[in-house]
Amino acid sequence: MIGRALVVASALALVTAPAWLASPYHLHVLIMAGVFAILALSLNLLLGYTGQLSLGHAAFFGIGAYTSALLALKLEWSFWLALPSAAVAAGLAGWAIGRLALKLRGAYFVLVTISFAGVISLVSINWMELTNGPLGLPGVPPPELGPWSLRTKTAYYYLVLAAAALAYLVCHRLVYSRIGRALVALRENEPLAESVGIDGTRYLVLAAVVSAALAGVAGSLYAHYTRFVSPEVFLFTYTVTMVIMVIAGGKGTLVGPVIGALLFTALPEALREAMAWQWQMLAYGVVLVVLVFFLPRGIVPAITARAARAAAASRAMRPGAAPR
Amino acid sequence: MLVVDDLHVSFGGVTALAGVSFVVRPPSITSLIGPNGAGKTTAFNAITGYLRASRGRVTWDGAPLAGRPSDIARRGVVRTFQKTSVFPALSVFENVRTGLHLRGRAGVWSVLAGARRVRAEEARLAETAREILAFVGLDRRRDEIAGELPYGEQRLVELAVALAARPRLLLLDEPAAGMTGAEKERLIGMIRRIRAADVTVLLVEHDMKLVMGVSETVIVLNHGRVIAAGAPASIQAHPDVIRAYLGSSSAPA
Amino acid sequence: MEQLLQHLVNGLVLGGTYALLGIGLTLIFGLMSVVNFAHGEFYTLGAYAAFAVLALAGWPFFAALAAAIAAGAVLGALCERTLLRPLRGESIDTVMLVMIGLWIAMQNTELLVWGGVARSIPHPFPTEPLTLGPLNIAPLRLFVVGAAAALIAAAWLLIQRTRLGTAMRATFQDRDTAALMGVPIGRIHTITFAFGSALAAAAGALLGPVFLAYPSMGDLASLKAFSVVILGGLGNLAGATLGGLLLGVAEELGAGYVSSGYRDAVGFVAIILVLLFRPAGLFARAERIG
Repeated sequence: MIGRALVVASALALVTAPAWLASPYHLHVLIMAGVFAILALSLNLLLGYTGQLSLGHAAFFGIGAYTSALLALKLEWSFWLALPSAAVAAGLAGWAIGRLALKLRGAYFVLVTISFAGVISLVSINWMELTNGPLGLPGVPPPELGPWSLRTKTAYYYLVLAAAALAYLVCHRLVYSRIGRALVALRENEPLAESVGIDGTRYLVLAAVVSAALAGVAGSLYAHYTRFVSPEVFLFTYTVTMVIMVIAGGKGTLVGPVIGALLFTALPEALREAMAWQWQMLAYGVVLVVLVFFLPRGIVPAITARAARAAAASRAMRPGAAPR
Repeated sequence: MLVVDDLHVSFGGVTALAGVSFVVRPPSITSLIGPNGAGKTTAFNAITGYLRASRGRVTWDGAPLAGRPSDIARRGVVRTFQKTSVFPALSVFENVRTGLHLRGRAGVWSVLAGARRVRAEEARLAETAREILAFVGLDRRRDEIAGELPYGEQRLVELAVALAARPRLLLLDEPAAGMTGAEKERLIGMIRRIRAADVTVLLVEHDMKLVMGVSETVIVLNHGRVIAAGAPASIQAHPDVIRAYLGSSSAPA
Repeated sequence: MEQLLQHLVNGLVLGGTYALLGIGLTLIFGLMSVVNFAHGEFYTLGAYAAFAVLALAGWPFFAALAAAIAAGAVLGALCERTLLRPLRGESIDTVMLVMIGLWIAMQNTELLVWGGVARSIPHPFPTEPLTLGPLNIAPLRLFVVGAAAALIAAAWLLIQRTRLGTAMRATFQDRDTAALMGVPIGRIHTITFAFGSALAAAAGALLGPVFLAYPSMGDLASLKAFSVVILGGLGNLAGATLGGLLLGVAEELGAGYVSSGYRDAVGFVAIILVLLFRPAGLFARAERIG
């Protein structure tokens, strides 16, 4: 009951945000939170549902950003073509990583994803003719919808909101389906999953492709918003932030990463006055360790568990309730 | 029909199976017995794709049975594990519903599109899961977390998950281990009903009373080889079998 | 031809320190199964410790090396006791995440303490390169490769010839038996982690003066260390030594003949290729156990 009300209230708040937010700067923060929410959802598909940690997710984000920017700049494609192309390009990279690396699992998979991201990063720095190297690609055009250019923050906010909602829907449908069950089964007990016909490689690759494609979408949205793409998209800090968002929010839930994204986009902005960026990152490191020790399942599951316990307790306290 | 032909398996320098050959005719209940270390679970692992055989072939339904465990499951050959194997964090119902994977056909695109036939399929699968739970007698436990159940009931969850995969050949690895007498009686009843539904059952078991009571054929393994095969009565009197279990000096108990 | 030899020599200098990094990590990752993403941060710690001792306190170079090793060992022991011991038995992912947290915390602490500007670490060696036949080698680099070789030899001796080393090897081959035989398992874990971290710190103190010291120098060091461990096979000391040398030489040759911008890619590509085609490492003899 309360959950449903919360959801409706949040949805209303989000949809009307440009009206009640104090300044365009706050809208900017929400836009970035939306982009990161899509990223966090994508990482969560791998980490939360298949149990494989990808520390190279920034590579898919960056591939999406560069693909979209290059298609728009060099071939003058419309945003509405560039975005899906970015998803496809990132998805292809995800397929390659999935096929090659998922038979490795565990720490080795992590290492391959990091190495892949490292190689892509170096390519973006060194392949000057294509990516303009460290100078980056300025002047990425904003999306156009008919006669309007979605240049304003408000317009872009609704674009990102719609994209984030769509990403959430995709994840939701996938997770609560036979496919989602297969992924969880592979995470929980792989030999048993195989024994009932669940093909590990096929489903893990599928998860990698969808995950990468979503990250590519986030990259494209980022590129057309900031209108500048440089090798900085491959910075490890983005990956770390994504991981913290998923883990803190609650991996293996759908709402968790979204909450995590909001929290860890808003928090740095709020603390920007008070704390230098290095202190924040230091805090992130400490937070990660503390989370692992004390809140291993993340914030959202901890809250829902507490709410469930409170509800059960209040039910037991009601007069006439049977003794437990 | 399952044909195992000259199966050799070695790992880590140990020869676990040194040329195992036997036939399982459908529908039947066949037991695979032998002293500890005879190679029974290894044979299961080799047949179902968890171990690679260095020599020999396995044929099911006239075609070679090879590939990954999931490919083999798709041919209707499903196994349980010696060490109780469930999806521990999932509920009993979710365990069985996961086992129904092969009975569903929804692919990525129809799932993402939210197609109506996906919803219909989900309803159908949920219904089938309930039926299977009723069959093994776990319907009262359906919402409990599988990993928290008592041992004997976890074994039943495991059986339910295997049945969910719609086997035509069911390999049960020590299904009665750790069960009480009453639970074993119920298990025997279930195995008979499974057989009556035209499913061939091949089981590895140490409980001789259960084996002799339920099997139509008994195959005896020792040191990675088949030393005897036939009806339960003839196996019990077989001198090689007695020697394998008790050493060369004793008479049957 | 002379250029080739020059590249080889430079590669061996680098490779010696990569071997130090790799030996430390193969003990931690290969034997303890800890995915230590913070390994490179101990490398950075070593460099900054050397900097502090040399530039700020004005002590001699050997003292700097010793200080780095001590700092690495002490901090490593501390981390093992506070972070890893309570988590023993948890899944490898959990430990991995904690190590990532440690990585971020250490790097940003260094940023806050030393600032983001790269520091040059002073050293007592003359800058005039020595000429040995067709080769030029700076005295500093000669010292680096010599010191690295000495430390590698010391590590080998410790592991293979001392009771402590035997205890370490026993613990990681069969913990229960070792415990039954009276080996103090907890202390061995702490010592192993401290030892591996000390080697990383030594590598940092040696390479710091060759290049520069800056807070993010550990990122690449971590990855190259993993590269060496994977090349050589987990837990394989000889493999890590050879792998380190191989990586150093490959990087120098790649930078010299292909492109210097991609030199760091060699380590990455090595990880990907080896894991795909020979996951037990290049030097694995028999089948892998476990």
